[in-house]
Amino acid sequence: MTNKILFTKKHLLGLEDFTREEIKLILDTAKPFKNLFTRSIKKVPTLRGRSVVLLFYEASTRTRTSFELAAKRLSADTINIAVNVSSVKKGESLIDTAKTLESMKSDFIVIRHSYSGSPHILAKNVSSSIINAGDGFHEHPSQGLLDIYTVNEKKGRVAGLKVVIVGDILHSRVARSNLWGLTKLGAKVILCGPPTLIPKDVQKVSPSNIDIEYNLDKAIKDADVVNILRVQFERQMEHLFPSIREYSLLYGMNKERLSRAKNDVLILHPGPMNRGLEITSEVADSLNSVINEQVTNGIAVRMAILYLLSSVKE
Amino acid sequence: MKILIKNGFVVDPSQKLEKKLDLLIENGKIIKLLSKINRSKGAKVIDAKNCVVCPGLIDIHTHLREPGHEEEETIATGTRAAAAGGITTVFCMPNTHPVIDNQTTVEFILLKAKKEGVVNVFPVGSITKGILGEELSEIGELKKAGVVGVTDDGEPVMNSKIMRRALEYSKMFNLPVISHCEDKNLSKDGVINEGLISTLLGLRGIPSQSEDIMVIRDIILSSLAGGKLHITHISTKKSVEYIRRAKKEGVNVTCDTAPHYFVLTENYIKGKKLEHVYDTNAKMKPPLRTQEDVDAIIEGLKDGTIDCIASDHAPHTLEEKSKEFDLAPFGIIGLETLLPLSVTFLYKKNKMSLLKLISKFTTNPSKIFNLKCGCLKEGFVADVTIFNPEEEFLVKKFVSKSCNSPFLGWKLKGKIKYTICNGKIVYST
Repeated sequence: MTNKILFTKKHLLGLEDFTREEIKLILDTAKPFKNLFTRSIKKVPTLRGRSVVLLFYEASTRTRTSFELAAKRLSADTINIAVNVSSVKKGESLIDTAKTLESMKSDFIVIRHSYSGSPHILAKNVSSSIINAGDGFHEHPSQGLLDIYTVNEKKGRVAGLKVVIVGDILHSRVARSNLWGLTKLGAKVILCGPPTLIPKDVQKVSPSNIDIEYNLDKAIKDADVVNILRVQFERQMEHLFPSIREYSLLYGMNKERLSRAKNDVLILHPGPMNRGLEITSEVADSLNSVINEQVTNGIAVRMAILYLLSSVKE
Repeated sequence: MKILIKNGFVVDPSQKLEKKLDLLIENGKIIKLLSKINRSKGAKVIDAKNCVVCPGLIDIHTHLREPGHEEEETIATGTRAAAAGGITTVFCMPNTHPVIDNQTTVEFILLKAKKEGVVNVFPVGSITKGILGEELSEIGELKKAGVVGVTDDGEPVMNSKIMRRALEYSKMFNLPVISHCEDKNLSKDGVINEGLISTLLGLRGIPSQSEDIMVIRDIILSSLAGGKLHITHISTKKSVEYIRRAKKEGVNVTCDTAPHYFVLTENYIKGKKLEHVYDTNAKMKPPLRTQEDVDAIIEGLKDGTIDCIASDHAPHTLEEKSKEFDLAPFGIIGLETLLPLSVTFLYKKNKMSLLKLISKFTTNPSKIFNLKCGCLKEGFVADVTIFNPEEEFLVKKFVSKSCNSPFLGWKLKGKIKYTICNGKIVYST
């Protein structure tokens, strides 16, 4: 009952729109769902009779699978619609797709799209609950939530932690969702990357909780968590950094750097990894790495998201 | 046709006139302007009580889309939208298909305007052939055909040498060169102003410097080449500052802005309401800027740095504007909201007098572009706009073929009552 009072959101478009209490509620709700995973029967009937459309305009393995599994473990029906990105420009417009889906009366639409704001187009035109599974470089709220869930699970808290996000902040929806979630929960966030990949005025999001540090060695000193973003090769073409090699030298997380960080530092990566570039295998497979647990937690967090959004509709 | 306009408050910046006068129009000309004209045989009488009677407005920046994009606007619909906005003269921009870079296209537009249009249409030719920024258009031929200026609007002339030649060459025709200031390398792929909002929305930014840098470049080129430089749709604080300084130094430069640059900021796109978030009706070039820029634009309008207010009417279909923010085209319509927005946000907010405000659409453009309209003197062509500055109305539909406006649903003051062009009533409520 208390859930319904606290949670009033219909869509999950971005963590920017969520309060600290709402974020905490999602994290708390995910816990019992995670406990289910150790049982032999991992399915509950909570969302029986509901349908979840997975509308993916961009290739995705883990996010799509994770949402699908989350929905199925809640007994919802899932429908996969994979759309080739290239067909966006010549084929059916997103708004027409939205209207088609509207006619099908799906309860949830989980959308991944390469353009920022696409989930908003759906939210404006469709009566279903819209879940943003990553739009352009705007937000990837479920990833932000699962990162924070993982940190909270391992560290027992989020407030007061020093979290470093390394890499291409400019084009990262993961970074933006983490930034909102972490600062709302009271963590200190250090954004680390070359100045060309730090978006303008980003510190204004929460001036007292965000620092910018170009030097990774300085940034990871005393860090409790290091979240490493994937390097996007095409950015080199935009003159944002001179070479992958130099990027890797300056921002690659390797064993030597790890040895200078705190012993219990957590290493996160949203995947898929470019091993040897932004992260070496030694680090990815080290005891500090929680990369695989992120994947497991992702399912629990997404179950919590579906569950809470559906409770609002009743 | 005879029209007698009675009881109106005449505002004519060309004569510094602000008083209650009656106006008689006959055979397309202004015949009499007197404190009282009782009756004139056979004249249609318009009671302009509580209304302002001013010279028909001149909009120096409109995209009529014809030829080429008649699904967005045509000369017929665009000129009717202009009339509904109290505008009696529009400058149509050359980025049509084909581009207005040749005599034939100019003649086609003028012919169409004569046949199907309801207000005066003055074509603007392109600076370079095909608006490709490479070779000068035949500016002399364009002038002969009837263009009032040249511009590559929509695109900047990135090559400084070509811009220099354009300014030099057009001097002999006394044709203003209208510059769309944007450094394409800096603005590349950008869709909104660069800053916190673009960061939060995950949209690529267009820094204000991409405008500033070209404003200052053109000012510098103008002092090298001479010519008449007119910078269009300025949106930034620095643009205002640079132009203000240039004018003080005696550079032959003039400029205009559009209402959205003194009414809206980038915050609109971040909106509190879901329908405003990523609203493509707030996507235009230059992009909506910050409050600081808005304040500077208003200051520039007040102190005369900014000479004109133009609509930058840029119609696009609903289909095009319903696309993802990155894919939707730039531009909003503005003919029908040009005066009401200016009245509501400048005059009613005590930023400037009506006389000064109206000069931005009449005497100033008339002077810059050597036009024979924009005044209510006896013997001049009867282009007259009658509006009520106090009457509030809801913007609920448009005469324009397109409806891409962020102002739909707004309550504005300054309702247009009558638009008279060449002595004919072309719009009335």
